[in-house]
Order: sequence, then C-alpha cells, then structure tokens
Amino acid sequence: MEGNIFQYEFIVKGLFGALFASITAGLAGTYIVSKRMVFLSGGITHASFGGIGIGYFAGINPVVGAAVFSILSALGVEYLSVKQKIREDSAIGILWAFGMAIGIIFIYLTPGYTPNLMSYLFGSILTVTYADIIALGIMSVLLILYFSVFYRTILYISFDELFARTYSPYVNVFKYITTALIALTIVLNIRMAGVVLVISLLTIPPNIAMIFTKTYFRIVIWSIVAGFIGTASGYAISYFAGIPTGATIIFTLVMIWIIAKSIKQVNNIVMHKSNGK
Amino acid sequence: MSVCLLEMKSVSVAYENNIVLEDADLKVYDNDFIGVIGPNGGGKTTLLKVILGLVKPAKGKLIFDQELLNNNNIGYLPQMSTGDNSFPVTVKDVVLSGLMIRKGLISGMTVQDKMKASQVIEELGLTELSGSSLSELSGGQIQRVLLGRAVIGNPRLLLLDEPGNFVDANFEADFYEKLRVLNKRMSIMMVSHDIGTITAYIKSFACVNRRLHYHPSSEITNEELMAYGCPIQLITHGEVPHTVLKKH
Repeated sequence: MEGNIFQYEFIVKGLFGALFASITAGLAGTYIVSKRMVFLSGGITHASFGGIGIGYFAGINPVVGAAVFSILSALGVEYLSVKQKIREDSAIGILWAFGMAIGIIFIYLTPGYTPNLMSYLFGSILTVTYADIIALGIMSVLLILYFSVFYRTILYISFDELFARTYSPYVNVFKYITTALIALTIVLNIRMAGVVLVISLLTIPPNIAMIFTKTYFRIVIWSIVAGFIGTASGYAISYFAGIPTGATIIFTLVMIWIIAKSIKQVNNIVMHKSNGK
Repeated sequence: MSVCLLEMKSVSVAYENNIVLEDADLKVYDNDFIGVIGPNGGGKTTLLKVILGLVKPAKGKLIFDQELLNNNNIGYLPQMSTGDNSFPVTVKDVVLSGLMIRKGLISGMTVQDKMKASQVIEELGLTELSGSSLSELSGGQIQRVLLGRAVIGNPRLLLLDEPGNFVDANFEADFYEKLRVLNKRMSIMMVSHDIGTITAYIKSFACVNRRLHYHPSSEITNEELMAYGCPIQLITHGEVPHTVLKKH
C-alpha cells in the first residue's frame, strides 16, 4: 500500500510538475531566446542563490528570498549597464558571482545542517512539494493570460523596440513586467532543475522548436510540447534510476535536441538530393 | 497653398552636451516630398526622431496640425539596424505592427486588419513570403516589409530613413515609383545619401548639418548653397545629369 502512495505522489508530481514547468519555461524561454537574453537570465538565476542563502539564515522561505534577489539583480543589471555605463555582460558576470557568494556565506553562517542545499543547486525530486507544484500552476495561468492578452504588444516590443516607442509610451513598463515574470518563472523552476541547470530548461525547448519552425507563436507551442516530453521522461528516468532529477531532465532534453537536429540534417540531405535530380 | 502638417520652431537637440541640431525651423506641408540630405552625423536621423517623439528637443517646439497629424498619424521606416532581423516574426505580423499606432494595449487584430495587411503585402510583391519569418528574407525584401509596416496605417506623413541602402537593384525603380504614388495621399520626408536618385522624385530639400536649411524646390542653385554654406556632395538631374562635388 505504501508503494501505491509513493506511486500516486510520483505520478501527480511528475505529470503536473512537468506540465507546469514546460508551460512556464516554454513561454519565458521563447522570449529570452528570441531576445538573446539567455546570458542575462543565467546571471539572474545564479544571483538568486543569494536570496536562498539569506532565506535559510533568516528562517524565511528560500523561494521568497530567491524571487526578491532575482528581480533585484535583473533591475541591477539594467541599472549598471544603462545608468553606470558598465558593459552589460560584465554587469551580469559581477552580479552572477556576487549572488552566489552571498548565498554561500549565509548558508555557511546558518547554524545546523542544511540538507536541501544540493537540491537548490541541482534540483531534487524529493524536495518538490505540492506547494511548489501549485505555485508553478498559478505561474502558468498568469503567464498564459499575460502572453495571450498582450501577445502582439510583447512580440513587437521584442522585435523592434525603437519602432514600438514611436507608438507606445509603455515600452519600458512592458519590458520590466516581462523581465520580472521571467525572473519569477526561473525561481519557481529552480525546484525542478536547480540553480545551476534551470537556464537550460528555458533555452533547450525553444531551440528544439526552432529547428522546425521560425514563427514566434509556433515556437512557444512546440517548446512547451518538447519541454513536456523531456521533463516528464527525465523525471521518470531519474525516479526509477535513482539519479538527480535536474541533471536527468537536462540530459534528456539535450538528447531530444540532438535527435531533432539529426532528423533535420538527414531531411535536408534527402531534400537536397531529390532537388538535385 | 496647402495645409501645414507640422511646424518646427527653433528646435535644438543635444546628446550629452553635443549639439546635433541647432535652431532648426521647418514647415512640412501636405503632399510635400522633402529630401533630407547632409553629411553623416549631421543630424538627419535625429530630425526624424524629434518628429516621432523619440528624442526630446532641448529647446524649441513642434506644432502638429491636430486634426491631420498627431503622433498617431506618422509612418516610419527606420534604418535597417533598429530591429533584430533574425527575430522569429512573420512578414504578415511585421506589417500588421504598423497598425499598433491605432490600437490600444490589448491589441487583437480584426479580419479587416488582416485583409488590409494582405493587400499591402501583395502591393509590395511579397504575397508568397507572407508567412515566412524575417530571417528567411533578403535585405531588400526586409526593407519592403518595413515599408509595408510604415504605410499600412495610411499615415499623413511618412518618414523614411535611408530607404535606398538595402533596396535591391531590380526593386529600386519600383520602390521610388511606389513612393510617388504614396505621395499623392501623404507627405514624405526621406533621409538619403543617394541624392542622384532622389532628385527625380522629391519636391523640396532640407539640408541638415547641425543647422537646417529648407529649399522649397528640388533644384538648388549654387548661389543658394553658397549662402547657406552646407558642405555636401550634390548630384542633380538637369537636362544632362551632372555632379557637383565641392565644398560650397
């Protein structure tokens, strides 16, 4: 009977976790990949570790700390690069390491043993709670609503910001809201894949989709599908093989990407040959 | 005399103490076709950006004809570099974005909007590429798409920044011919290096080199240029096309 309860929990967490992770990562990931913000997002993710450390130390929920840190670091990069004229990639590099350093210092200062540290770094099946899943579910609904209501506004600002400024005074507002939502998406997905690996949860699925399609909306849809297949099967493999979840999910996604790329390559060669005749 | 759409009164623009435009006066009349010429860094693009509201003047003011022209009624074709041409967006969506000027924040496109877009795309000879993404297009094709985006909203004033740079040779004549047709229902201001080509189409000149001099005809005499003292390379079309290459 105990086995059944575990199985039930495994299926529910696995299915819904994978579903919500791929919806949020697909929507946020298509945005950051299209806008070439992957490095920035990676920086935000690592900087958020500072919030996890402070959360542990102060006895508040580490996810809340991470959320605050990720949003502050996103704004920090913007401030340093625009106002202080520091090169953006340098600003990211500084905040990336600074956040990690704060996290490590505070976790070190926290009395007692911190068993979940590894799970925050690399993701763990054991520590994903129902609350995490529900939070991801709410985030999915929020992102779907945001992107469907403001689809064209977001698309056009991303494509050509200068032109968007000729007709809309709200360009910056949208940029900040979108960045904040992406920071939150990343933080909530840290439970699935961990600080170190979560960025690939956002970048691999859109890149799988972009092998087959080049229009924004289809990239979103296909990255959610590819993300779900990769996340759910990675989750299952990690459960049965007893290996870390985050790493297994990323490994599975990269395998899908390689297979998709090969199929496209073979297809191109075949097409080329038949055209040549 | 036709209606004045827009009047600039002693407008100055500075980027961090570097004055790019000084005391510029300009009146843009209905159905005018102004060629904006001048050296690199002389303030041509800045002039367009001031009119679009992208750059705030440090001094002076702009008076728009409220009925015919507020900020919502200006079409804009920027220089190629402003957008990301590998961005996954389709030709049709880019053309439709020209209608965002009239839309609120929640920006659904109606069936009419989409039909209008198809029509503009057809006029530009891009129907087959309608569903393609920009990354699959040549530079000249992208330029045509961006022209579509600029004119779909039927603006009263169309601002073009170096449109000739990327237009492919076999579309060039066609492109300028399209502008001539568009000019019947809208005023055009066109920044260009390609003075040789544009003199055949424009009706007046604005010579911008920090200061702005407006010449209400497409022909400039040497005496006029002497008086204004703007150092430009000028090629004019007379009976026999000839080139003026000197500091004057």
